[in-house]
Amino acid sequence: MINTATVANIQPATRDATLSVTREQGLELWRQMVLIRRFEERAEQAYTEGKIGGFMHLYIGEEAIAVGALAGLNPDDDVVTHYRDHGYALARDLAPNALMAELYGKATGVCKGKGGSMHFADPRKHFWGGYAIVGGHIPLAVGLAFAAQYQNQPRVAVAIFGDGATNIGMFHESLNMAKVWNVPLIILVENNQYGMGTAVQRASAVPDMITKALAYNIPAIQVDGNDVLAMREVMLNAAQNARRGEGPQFIEAHTYRWRGHSMGDPQRYRSKDEVEKMKTRDPIARFENRLLEYARATQDDFARGRAEVERVAAEAIEFAETSPFPDPAELYTDVFAPEVTNG
Amino acid sequence: MAEQSYRDAIKDALREEMRRDERVFILGEEVGVWGGTYAVTRGLYDEFGAKRVRDTPIAESVIVGAAIGAAMGGLRPVAELMTINFSLVAMDQIVNNASKMFYMFGGQFSCPVVIRTPAGWGQLAATHSQSFEAWYASLPGLIVAMPATPRDAKGLLKRALRSNNPVMFIEHARLYNVVGEVPDGDYTIPFGVSEIKRAGRDVTIVSYSRMLHVALAAANKLAQENIEATVIDLRTLRPLDLAPVIESVKQTHRALIVEEDWVTCGMGAEIAARIGKDAFDYLDAPVERLGAIEVPMPYSKPLEALALPEEKHIIARVKEMLT
Ligand SMILES: Cc1ncc(C[n+]2csc(CCOP(=O)(O)OP(=O)(O)O)c2C)c(N)n1
Ligand SMILES: [Mg+2]
Repeated sequence: MINTATVANIQPATRDATLSVTREQGLELWRQMVLIRRFEERAEQAYTEGKIGGFMHLYIGEEAIAVGALAGLNPDDDVVTHYRDHGYALARDLAPNALMAELYGKATGVCKGKGGSMHFADPRKHFWGGYAIVGGHIPLAVGLAFAAQYQNQPRVAVAIFGDGATNIGMFHESLNMAKVWNVPLIILVENNQYGMGTAVQRASAVPDMITKALAYNIPAIQVDGNDVLAMREVMLNAAQNARRGEGPQFIEAHTYRWRGHSMGDPQRYRSKDEVEKMKTRDPIARFENRLLEYARATQDDFARGRAEVERVAAEAIEFAETSPFPDPAELYTDVFAPEVTNG
Repeated sequence: MAEQSYRDAIKDALREEMRRDERVFILGEEVGVWGGTYAVTRGLYDEFGAKRVRDTPIAESVIVGAAIGAAMGGLRPVAELMTINFSLVAMDQIVNNASKMFYMFGGQFSCPVVIRTPAGWGQLAATHSQSFEAWYASLPGLIVAMPATPRDAKGLLKRALRSNNPVMFIEHARLYNVVGEVPDGDYTIPFGVSEIKRAGRDVTIVSYSRMLHVALAAANKLAQENIEATVIDLRTLRPLDLAPVIESVKQTHRALIVEEDWVTCGMGAEIAARIGKDAFDYLDAPVERLGAIEVPMPYSKPLEALALPEEKHIIARVKEMLT
């Protein structure tokens, strides 16, 4: 752990917030996390049935980061994320039907079946997409943040990626220029302790990702990424600072991915014991306990909520299965945007 | 019509578009205080200030990537890369982000970014003397413009700044001081329209950028020996307008492509293949290509000169094709 006494910008690590939201807000955050999990469990099943192809990276076990982080942002704040994007898309309220159809490669998919799992996007929701080149999307978020600054709009932009991406050059170029330009950028690193099969300590010269932010004079904080309320709070705070003109902000959220890196990962790099142990820190179960304790939630609330989520996930599957594949003519569309005719 | 240098024509395109459209801004290394490595942006910093003419760190990935992001966010960025050699460091942004954005997300949004960068050489040795236009032209989703004249440079750049698509705008370091006629007032030149610079019955010479001037000079010399060449300027390499080339080859029955990149997998390879397909029955000689010798560029002046095609090589090759 980093020595907080010697590094002024780093704030204390994990916090255990008491319930900082209303009962309704709390139940909504819980619902989003459960939806992400059930959506992905259904997708996982469909994948094993051969209905979904390619690379699919599941978010199960990490749900609190996306849900908490986006709860701390305004709906028009710009989000750019990596390929592990299902959680963020659902938390930004993209339609589960259109997302599942995208996984199936159907015409009704959110990107008409041209993107797939790694490339969900909906610009109307300021969700600028999942990107599949590690670190390649971080500069885009710098640009989006700059566009907000340039146009005097109160938006912030958020770049989301994993621990592994902090080792690539584009990460460093982006942090440096974002700081020099003082743009309203929030860098959110999901430290799930592995980049594919490489543990953080085998890939990163420093164990704490925040150390890298400090090198660029960017305020940084570590947070328990399995605590949805703590996530929400650090994001609220970071967004407030960035919106106030204080420049880029950095959040390192600790979590653990329960599934393999992507479908079909034999997981030789970690033990079953380790995975089982980490599963005891389930962000959903932990939050249920908090809701029971602090928000007068009942098992009934959860049962009703689960039934509702089950229905949504089942409907998404049904929608995806019954949707048509894209027309062959779609192969040729969207290579170029229509050119202006007045210039 | 006024005479203007290629450099000033580009600068005027930038200035006029920046005056016309608040969303246009420039970013890149030394574009502001310094005034541009090749002095293209000189004066713009004074006129538009640090907000719109933005000096960056030496970080090509984030220069191009942030430009793409800014375009997604509603702006009209012009990213200047000091030379095309350094674009390799930003290759991922150009290939995987700029040229894919519209298609990959199902046509939901594009990124109208203009990447300006000069190709060229001048005793700069192996890493600073390259031409990568064919690499970029191979990408569906990316417009590649490579103007040869001040008029085209200005018109194509203005067009690029009003385009809804990403544009790789490749200038040439050895053309900046070349002077030519530039129309008065506002005008643009469309992408994907080649121009016949000279009509002749004996051979069709296809070129672009600096080599166009060499080809035209060669054609003038050939004319003194009663050999009449058609010379066609491609102007944009994607979209690539070969219709006038095919039409011309049907008349001349011979085609020579002159380029500054390496011949192997260069632009000429693509053009030759298409002529071979669309004008096969009309050819009286194999399609020929002249380009850089296949070596990394040497520093020494006489060696460097040997590495690139010159007027005399074009003349000799045309005569060979006619015998
Ligand atoms: C530039 C690049 N190199 C390698 C890969 C292959 N790859 C995809 S994800 C990944 C690991 C990334 O790990 P991390 O950033 O920690 O994110 P996580 O998958 O753990 O969420 C790798 C190596 C890639 N997509 N892009
Ligand atoms: Mg990781």
